[in-house]
Amino acid sequence: MNDGEKNSERGGGADHGGAGTPAADDNVIDVTGLRRRYAGRGRRAKAREGFEAVRGVDFSVARGELFALLGTNGAGKTSTVELLEGLAAPTAGQVRVLGRDPFTERHSVRPRIGMMLQEGGFPSELTPTETLRMWAGCTSGARPVADALESVGLTGRADVRVKQLSGGERRRLDLALALLGRPEVLFLDEPTTGLDTEARHQTWELVRELRDSGTTIVLTTHYLEEAEELADRLAILHHGRIAAAGRVADVVAAQPSHISFELPAGFHLGDLPPLGELGVVGHEKAGRRVRLRTDELQRAATGVLVWAQEKGITLRGLDVRSASLEEAFLHIAKEAAEQGELAGARETEGAAA
Amino acid sequence: MSTAVLDADAIEREEGRGEVRAETGAGARLLALGRAELTLLGRNKTALYMMLVIPVMLAIAMKQTLVGTNSPGMGLSVAAALLPATLGYVLLFGIYSNMTGAYVARREELVLKRLRTGELRDLEILAGTALPAVVLGLAQCVLLVLLGGMVLKDGLPKAPHLLIAGVLIGAVVVVAFAAVSSALARTTEAAQLVVLPLMMLSLGGSGMVVPLDALPDLLGSLLELLPLSPVMALIRVGWTGGAGTGEILKHLAVGLVWAGIAVFAVQRWFRWEPRR
Repeated sequence: MNDGEKNSERGGGADHGGAGTPAADDNVIDVTGLRRRYAGRGRRAKAREGFEAVRGVDFSVARGELFALLGTNGAGKTSTVELLEGLAAPTAGQVRVLGRDPFTERHSVRPRIGMMLQEGGFPSELTPTETLRMWAGCTSGARPVADALESVGLTGRADVRVKQLSGGERRRLDLALALLGRPEVLFLDEPTTGLDTEARHQTWELVRELRDSGTTIVLTTHYLEEAEELADRLAILHHGRIAAAGRVADVVAAQPSHISFELPAGFHLGDLPPLGELGVVGHEKAGRRVRLRTDELQRAATGVLVWAQEKGITLRGLDVRSASLEEAFLHIAKEAAEQGELAGARETEGAAA
Repeated sequence: MSTAVLDADAIEREEGRGEVRAETGAGARLLALGRAELTLLGRNKTALYMMLVIPVMLAIAMKQTLVGTNSPGMGLSVAAALLPATLGYVLLFGIYSNMTGAYVARREELVLKRLRTGELRDLEILAGTALPAVVLGLAQCVLLVLLGGMVLKDGLPKAPHLLIAGVLIGAVVVVAFAAVSSALARTTEAAQLVVLPLMMLSLGGSGMVVPLDALPDLLGSLLELLPLSPVMALIRVGWTGGAGTGEILKHLAVGLVWAGIAVFAVQRWFRWEPRR
């Protein structure tokens, strides 16, 4: 398949802003106003209220797209994915997978989807072959067991008891189960957690091949690199809400780049050319260390370097860095946390009044 | 990981798009799950021992007692007292105790949770997990009836349909109670304790060790209402062939009510995931 063409198709959809939705009838997954509250058990009213893990989430995933849900632990990734998988009913809002409700119509949805839970459950006394054989008997259009084992690189461990497999090998067995029915939609909940670097890259390769063959994939991860490597689009979840969403490049581009260096003794920030003219939008100073933020990295860097050249000084610890998903993520999480605190404070005030 | 395999898949997928794939049927799913469970049962020495050895050992021990005391005046032959009890032991030790442990183990290893992510329906998961133990238990019952009758020279059951009805109702009741009991234990070790109340109650009060006819009337008719009492009564009546229609209908009704209660309890209290 032509990658460039595919990407431009996807890009076209993302221009509508927000989570970016291509033509609605092409969506494999549609989520609107999704909420999930866990029932509380405590005796006090506060505890009985329960905990709202998903607080109004909207997004869509187009056919053949790889959509990543990113977030810190407890951000609501798994809670959201479980609703998409039809493992639980939402407290409010709507989920459509392949045009159907994955919970109430799960018997017609399940044969067309595959999923990998965060923690796989396999009888420890069975071998991978026996486990897959059992799953194949319960899966429409299952591939041959040997193929499934080979695709995740477990052929050599096919007849070892599951209890003797390493954590990474169990993750791969779980992936083999998820792929067994050649699903149209694949849900992967932290598929590479616990894998070593090599196994992680192998899994990425497999996921890419699946995507290229037209499988729609929803992936949760807390590895930013993983989202950057694989995702066409992503949403960053924070405290049950989407803090940012869009194509990876757009999410990153919305964040400033950085230049940092140490000013030599005798020089001050004011000695630099006017920062505004360099395209610098903000700065921080800690001791002699200066950190400039800019949306025009090349212009700002050139300005700083030409100035240093003219003055004949060396900028120690010079670091010129374009925005990365990691920075975007940290920034968004911090911003969302601040906003959350504000909103929380307002709610408390409202309740008091 | 093999690129070639996936590429071949990809081509097949492209070609196969839009065509309706054959979906699995409930029978095939049950068999697939049952086969895996049979493998697991074969690798669980404790469960096999409970299943295959204990009922026979209890029967032999009971025979010595019965013969020694010359069966205290119930008008029952040794075989008529012993064989129904043996089938009761199969239900309790072979199926009930075993399945309680199996449900706990599958839940705690998150197997039930994983199974629920696929195409299996909830009832299929419960039934498929129980399939090998139930089939083996029923086969044991058949063997015990045939061989027992031969060894004890008491011939075949006089009313086999009642005996079969009793065993089948009993199987449903003990599997459902095993599912409910599994909710009370967090480990397979604890499961061994959780099964004790129903086991003691049934051994003592459902006519397995002491026939209910031998007890004072009031106590006897109260104990007739215990979960496995109608099952044991049907099996015994099926063996001897001696009972009025009214009595048979009463046992059937009580047995079915218990089956209904047990199934309701499963829907209400069964736990699919560990408590965290």
